[in-house]
Amino acid sequence: MTTAKTRVPAVEGWFTTDGDTPTLLGSRCRTCGTYAFPAETFFCGNPACEGTAFEQVPLSRRGKVWSYTDARYTPPAPYVAADPYVPFCIAAVELAEEKMVVMGQVVPEVTVDDLHVGSEVELVVDVLYEDEDHEYLVWKWRPVTAGMGVAGA
Amino acid sequence: MPDDRSVAVLGVGMHPWGKWGRNFVEYGLAAARDAMRDAGVSWSDIQFVSGADTIRNGYPGFISGATFAQALGWSGARVSSAYAACASGATAIAAARAQILAGLCDTALVVGADTTPKGFFAPVGGERRDDPDWLRFHLLGATNPTYFALYARRRMELFGATEDDFAAVKVKNARAGAANPNARYRQEVSAEEVLASPMVADPLRLLEICATSDGGAAIVLSSMDFARRHGAGSTPVSIPAVSTVTPRFPQTVIEMPNFATDSAVAVGAVDGPAFRRSIAFAAYEEAGIGPEDVDVAEVYDLSSALELDWYEDVGLCKEGEAERLLRDGDTALGGRIPVNPSGGLSSFGEAIPAQAIAQVCELVWQLRGHAGGRQVEGARVGVTANQGLFGHGSSVIVTA
Repeated sequence: MTTAKTRVPAVEGWFTTDGDTPTLLGSRCRTCGTYAFPAETFFCGNPACEGTAFEQVPLSRRGKVWSYTDARYTPPAPYVAADPYVPFCIAAVELAEEKMVVMGQVVPEVTVDDLHVGSEVELVVDVLYEDEDHEYLVWKWRPVTAGMGVAGA
Repeated sequence: MPDDRSVAVLGVGMHPWGKWGRNFVEYGLAAARDAMRDAGVSWSDIQFVSGADTIRNGYPGFISGATFAQALGWSGARVSSAYAACASGATAIAAARAQILAGLCDTALVVGADTTPKGFFAPVGGERRDDPDWLRFHLLGATNPTYFALYARRRMELFGATEDDFAAVKVKNARAGAANPNARYRQEVSAEEVLASPMVADPLRLLEICATSDGGAAIVLSSMDFARRHGAGSTPVSIPAVSTVTPRFPQTVIEMPNFATDSAVAVGAVDGPAFRRSIAFAAYEEAGIGPEDVDVAEVYDLSSALELDWYEDVGLCKEGEAERLLRDGDTALGGRIPVNPSGGLSSFGEAIPAQAIAQVCELVWQLRGHAGGRQVEGARVGVTANQGLFGHGSSVIVTA
């Protein structure tokens, strides 16, 4: 038996790790409603808005693939790669309500053959890398398809 | 072309691209001396030095204008240094042109040079958890080819581009680059070789992604009056427009190094062209011309697939028609509108601050009729297009 490692987010405050329904945490401008991810704290990107107050909001958990690719070679540091390296997919995903596209890794086991522009994915939290005591977590996209392996919390 | 917007290109020069592993200043110095020789001016004639910065070579790279001026020997010339990622060269040209058009100087030297590490570009060192360029590597493992590949895949799904099309761009550019003594890669490649090269970021293969290179480029600019007094003829090769536009909100195409696009909730779509298309069109508008006037184009082929996006974004064809242009041979040497006769990044690899300047060097050689085995016959008007991360447009019109 090994002691379970402590699970900590790889970045603070960008996503929740709650149960089966984690969400990305973006911001919404209290003046004009513009969303941003990661959250903005002191400016609104809308040139017609001088808003300085923002609320933290969970972003839609599901979206449609805008485009996708994979990483066949180990990305350079500060990426912390497993040894041996295991290639992974990356998807850019359109969120309908927020009218924005958000990137993320795709859960392990999925290959580019499983992905299509326009297909539906949902947000999960999964291990990005680990050390002796910790598993560092990040958000990932998972295809909403029967039979896909379940990853994450 | 209105003379009050034009500056003359008196001379151009380059240090060949490669993986030389020497100090970047050496390449910039060689290119600068080459350009001044070509212009027939001496260093003491240069009143303004405009450097395009490199961020991977320490402090000398951050104040490149002064670095090059010191290497040429302090002369008292005024100086400026600019960083705009891949668009740094165009920003340096824009600074020099503005000085000349404002009447603050008659002559300017623009220089950019780089020494690059091997392999993927990584963020500059240190742990910087508030820098999106650091975070995208750390949290996503998203390299530059990741973003190129997202565009390539989207092109395949939306417009029916194929792996054969992407390979054909590489074959075309390698053929042109083989005739360019300043190119790093000077060998023709076959489509079979491209398609047999390892997949890096699906659907892009190793031979379809630009390498990182060492190199340097320089140009000498002057007022039109100075050029005529200097004996450059009544219509010297000139630059009537430089575009350094930024995006307009909401920028809805995912761009390096961001995690997300802008949200279009509050204001809807941009009224007008998307960012990449706005880059060259801002230059056309400034020059009072349109894409139909262009004889030759140098565009930023960070990947073979991205070159196809540029055909549309610089207005050589409508959206979705780039593959037809390529397949018809229109953009090859000898075609209707050759693109990247230099061989492009495909043959050069990327020496970031030198690249936008090198694009102008190529157009000047083309318009003078000095491009040898890669000459575009009768070229009179050329356009460059390029984009630097964090929202930097770069487009230069060159006319003869």
